[in-house]
Amino acid sequence: MNISYKWLNEYVDLTGVTPEELAEKITKAGIEVDQVFRPGEGIKGIVVGYVASCRPHPNADHLNLCQVDLGDETVQIVCGASNVAAGQKVVVAKVGAVLPGGVKIKRAKLRGEVSEGMICSLQELGVDPRFVPKEVADGIYILDEDAVVGDDALPYLNLDDAVLGLDILPNSAHCMNMIGAAYEVAAILDRDVRLPEPRVEESDRPASEKVSVAVEAPDGAPFYGARIIEGVKVAPSPKWLQNKLIAAGVRPINNIVDVTNYVLMEYGQPLHAFDYDQFGSDRVVVRRAREGETITTLDGVERTLSPEDLVITNGERPVAIAGVMGGADSEVTETTTTILLEAALFDARSVRRTSARLGLRTEASQRYEKGIDPNRVLLAADRAAALIADLAGGTVRKGVVRAGAYRAEPKIIEMPWTKINAVLGTALSQNDVLAVFRRLRFDARIEGETLVVAVPSRRPDVSIPEDLIEEVGRLYGYDHVPATLPDRASQGMLTAYQKKRRAVMRYMEGSGFYQAVNYSLTTEKKARSISYVEEAGHTPVRLAMPMSEDRSVLRLGLLPELLETVRYHLNRRINDIALYEIGKVFLTEEAALTDLPKERERLAGALTGRLRPTDWHHDARPVDFYAAKGVLEGLFDQLGLTERIEYRAASERTGMHPGRTADILLDGKVIGFVGQVHPTLQKTLDLTETVVFEVDVEALLKADVPPVRYQALPRYPAIARDIALVVDEAVTAGQLAAVIRASGGPLLKDIRLFDVYQGEHLPAGKKSLAFSLTYLDPERTLTDEEVAAVHERILAELKEKLGAVLRG
Amino acid sequence: MFAITGRMRRRLEARLWLTAGNSLRSGHPNAEPALRCTGAARYPVRVNGFRPLTRVVPREPRPLLGWGFSFYTSLLEGGRMTLRDTLEALKNEALEAVAACGDIKDLQALRVKYLGKKGPITEVLRGMGKLPKEERPIIGQLANDVRAAIQAAIEEKQKALEEREIQEKLASETIDVTLPGRTQPKGNRHPLTAVIEEIEDLFIGLGFSVAEGPEVEKDYYNFEALNIPKDHPARDMQDSFYITEDILLRTHTSPVQARTMEAHQGKGPVKIICPGKVYRRDTDDATHSHQFMQIEGLYVDRNVRLSDLKGILTIFAKKMFGEDRKIRLRPSFFPFTEPSVEMDISCFHCGGDGCRVCKQTGWIEILGAGMVHPNVLAMSGFDPEVYTGFAFGMGPERIAMLKYGIDDIRHFYTNDQRFLQQFKRA
Ligand SMILES: [Zn+2]
Repeated sequence: MNISYKWLNEYVDLTGVTPEELAEKITKAGIEVDQVFRPGEGIKGIVVGYVASCRPHPNADHLNLCQVDLGDETVQIVCGASNVAAGQKVVVAKVGAVLPGGVKIKRAKLRGEVSEGMICSLQELGVDPRFVPKEVADGIYILDEDAVVGDDALPYLNLDDAVLGLDILPNSAHCMNMIGAAYEVAAILDRDVRLPEPRVEESDRPASEKVSVAVEAPDGAPFYGARIIEGVKVAPSPKWLQNKLIAAGVRPINNIVDVTNYVLMEYGQPLHAFDYDQFGSDRVVVRRAREGETITTLDGVERTLSPEDLVITNGERPVAIAGVMGGADSEVTETTTTILLEAALFDARSVRRTSARLGLRTEASQRYEKGIDPNRVLLAADRAAALIADLAGGTVRKGVVRAGAYRAEPKIIEMPWTKINAVLGTALSQNDVLAVFRRLRFDARIEGETLVVAVPSRRPDVSIPEDLIEEVGRLYGYDHVPATLPDRASQGMLTAYQKKRRAVMRYMEGSGFYQAVNYSLTTEKKARSISYVEEAGHTPVRLAMPMSEDRSVLRLGLLPELLETVRYHLNRRINDIALYEIGKVFLTEEAALTDLPKERERLAGALTGRLRPTDWHHDARPVDFYAAKGVLEGLFDQLGLTERIEYRAASERTGMHPGRTADILLDGKVIGFVGQVHPTLQKTLDLTETVVFEVDVEALLKADVPPVRYQALPRYPAIARDIALVVDEAVTAGQLAAVIRASGGPLLKDIRLFDVYQGEHLPAGKKSLAFSLTYLDPERTLTDEEVAAVHERILAELKEKLGAVLRG
Repeated sequence: MFAITGRMRRRLEARLWLTAGNSLRSGHPNAEPALRCTGAARYPVRVNGFRPLTRVVPREPRPLLGWGFSFYTSLLEGGRMTLRDTLEALKNEALEAVAACGDIKDLQALRVKYLGKKGPITEVLRGMGKLPKEERPIIGQLANDVRAAIQAAIEEKQKALEEREIQEKLASETIDVTLPGRTQPKGNRHPLTAVIEEIEDLFIGLGFSVAEGPEVEKDYYNFEALNIPKDHPARDMQDSFYITEDILLRTHTSPVQARTMEAHQGKGPVKIICPGKVYRRDTDDATHSHQFMQIEGLYVDRNVRLSDLKGILTIFAKKMFGEDRKIRLRPSFFPFTEPSVEMDISCFHCGGDGCRVCKQTGWIEILGAGMVHPNVLAMSGFDPEVYTGFAFGMGPERIAMLKYGIDDIRHFYTNDQRFLQQFKRA
């Protein structure tokens, strides 16, 4: 909402308060002023001139030579505007003048004729072309005849004004008009409000002779009123009216339309003027639209209506969409002589729905949506009728033809007055509180402990005691509210899950991974590019109206977007990448959701290139399956789950290399996987060899683990024995370790694989694996013989079960 | 053959242990872990075998020096003065030899030669029986003095040579300390995580717990329970990603508050902060993102006041942006709070004088807050006559952008490693 400082000054005395100071005060009281715009800023040397004579330029077709009286001198100005003529009062930028954008006016010679200045159009004076009246849109601006030659021209154009841009939130709709803003500013400044008092001179002939009003949908239109003004002459509005509309951001059209817009801006009451003779009947019928009914609105667009929409009809067809926009057929034109003026109350929700459905937001619809003051509907009708009669020379017929009723009594709110201090934490006196309501012009009193406030209908946003508390708080000023701390002590801490999750993150970072945060929305194709879940039943959750196909479904796993991040780096020649993400995935088996999807927290990682760059200590090795697996092993160890984790070759995961992928099982249940991206997907995504993993964090962190308990340190030394075994290629390290563990007995404390070898010195089809076994008896020192006995048993088992022989 | 006597062998062993121990402690590259007592558990077999001895280098037996023991005996037989002179000569000769000696092994040889069981002094002492009784203590004393002098010289030389040996060894072991060390690769957390965890920790210190909830929400929890009924104008303010008519991606973390309050069944206190991802229909650009983070806080109890909100937020502002920060509350509007306020902090960049960061106002808008609307309390099962509460909400992206001077919100979701690694210290 744009509020003209000069216009506001008509309702509240702003003496001593600059526009900037006012903006600051309004903002502090709760309505943010986005900007203070001074339309005349930077303009210098603009005066009123009188075109004494005007003749064509001797050497140019479209130019005129004007002798312009500037009061103290008469100068020759070459002017190209087609609407320039002798006898006009115009706006002249003298030699040396500065126009918006820093344009300097210099003495010039145009086709051999001297030009000492410029006759200006509104656009040249910085007025937004959208708000320039049509009649002067293509030429110079012509001032009224009473303009004084030689005067500074800015006040005539209202360019010495300042416009405050108010950011209107749903609770500040009462400031979407000049009078509402005046009440607000008066309360802030603690000054009086001066209201217009419209007086309509009515003829003796009643309006009801000319029109009847029927409302068939009273839920949508609680009140509808119509006035008839006859004998009007449609013409451009006077300058004062045009200037005010321009400042408010409205384009002047003609005196009738301008008046309705002016009153809309002044009272916040939308009005509509129909050309009575084009209305098509003498009956106004307000009803819901019929399915498929159409209307061509003022903007020339044909719109198809639905039964939800409320329309004004002539008894047959719609002539306006209620509260949104009028129809083109009954538009006021230059030939209009009789006006049917509508002043109505429409239901906020109904207007909002229609305006949203049609994508048509107007000054009127915005005000109806946010709720208007029913008290003003007739005031506004009177104000407009009086102005039309005044400016367009018409006669107002007697009375308002009406249907429906409205309530406009103040709303009474009662509350213990002490609650204000209890909620704000302040120590205000009764007088402090009452003073605020006096400034707001709310009737208020305190009876015993009870505060009784009568809230006028212009403030529909104030309806409960808390709203009153807010009014007190904001006008008293939150700067005066002390800073305290709650009386009651309390303790806060992370849950066990949250703590562990942080530990997982720190572990990943300590292992060389950077944390990524990706979008949850992705494409269906990507969502399915790597399968996390075994069950194929899961469908990605799809948005009803995605903004783009790229962000249309919720992710099923973290890896697809993480791989996009890998690709992003490779495209920028960053080849060593280690990223992890922890975040939610969204699982459902329903094609159309009826309940919320299951949300699971996952941990995913992607590695490519080298985890550590080559340095002078060692050659860097490209990451492989085991690099990723090692990271996870360390994590499981930190979580105390090593013993319960199992890896199982997984050859059928979508998107994963069938020979280099393992499912990860916790207590026998699959909770994730680790492996290399399938070469096909790798190629599709244009990646280098990439290893990844994704695990269900919730399964990991919610697994029951025994609390940490100290165990006595062994008092006797352990004994280590190394064995190198030769086995068939097909035998896995996991199988060997399992046999060793099973046959080792209680003395075997640790098994560590430290070498894998295949090639020279070994028969074809064989490989050698070397383990270091640690034996320990916590109660005594083991003898070589005892160890040897266990060791022999292990070797025997290995030989029997897996055909393993000691490497010679 | 090992040129080592039994006693020396033991002494050497002791020294080797000692050296080994020291060198282990000092991280000597030649340190043999098997020699470390604590290493015994790992390598018990080797420890028992006294393998260190193999490190003592065998060498050729050296011929005895020029004169035989009979020479001393003959000197002895030559008379008292001769004997005294002999001892003096012996001493001088030995001291000269020691002084000239430049090698620890040679010094050992000298020790054996002059002080050994078969050495000249022993020989002299052995021949003392032939001396007159009264001479014996004098010569004995003299011989002991000579022995002590030689001994002292050898010890001193030994020390000097050892010292020299150490110096030479150290000199040979000198490395280029400016070469880079062996590092472990290390990543770091996302800057948004850094900001969120910092805020979490701060509010945990103030007695808040961290509550979480679903990102796909019911319309009821996202809007209706927060006093935003269907058709409420406030729904204009946040266009949402709907999945069905009743299910959508949450547009703020407030539904977590509604759910938590509901779970408390009308009994306070509820004191939580709710961090998490939220989604709105915004076109991604430098200042908008269709997905972003939010942290909201809620405190519901008896007698909670707006002044408490101001107190808590003042602490937050100071801890997060510096002890000099001031805050100011401006009235605002949110459907779920009444009264509603917005909090500005004094600009941490210019201190309030006005600069580019604060758009010349001296203040920076940080968060929205207010007293929980009675409708919200009632809908979540709390009696608004008994309970009051405050709530606040802020955007970690905005805070991170302000704190670190980040100019484009899309950086947070591009995850460029070159961006991420700038926040190692964050
Ligand atoms: Zn600043």
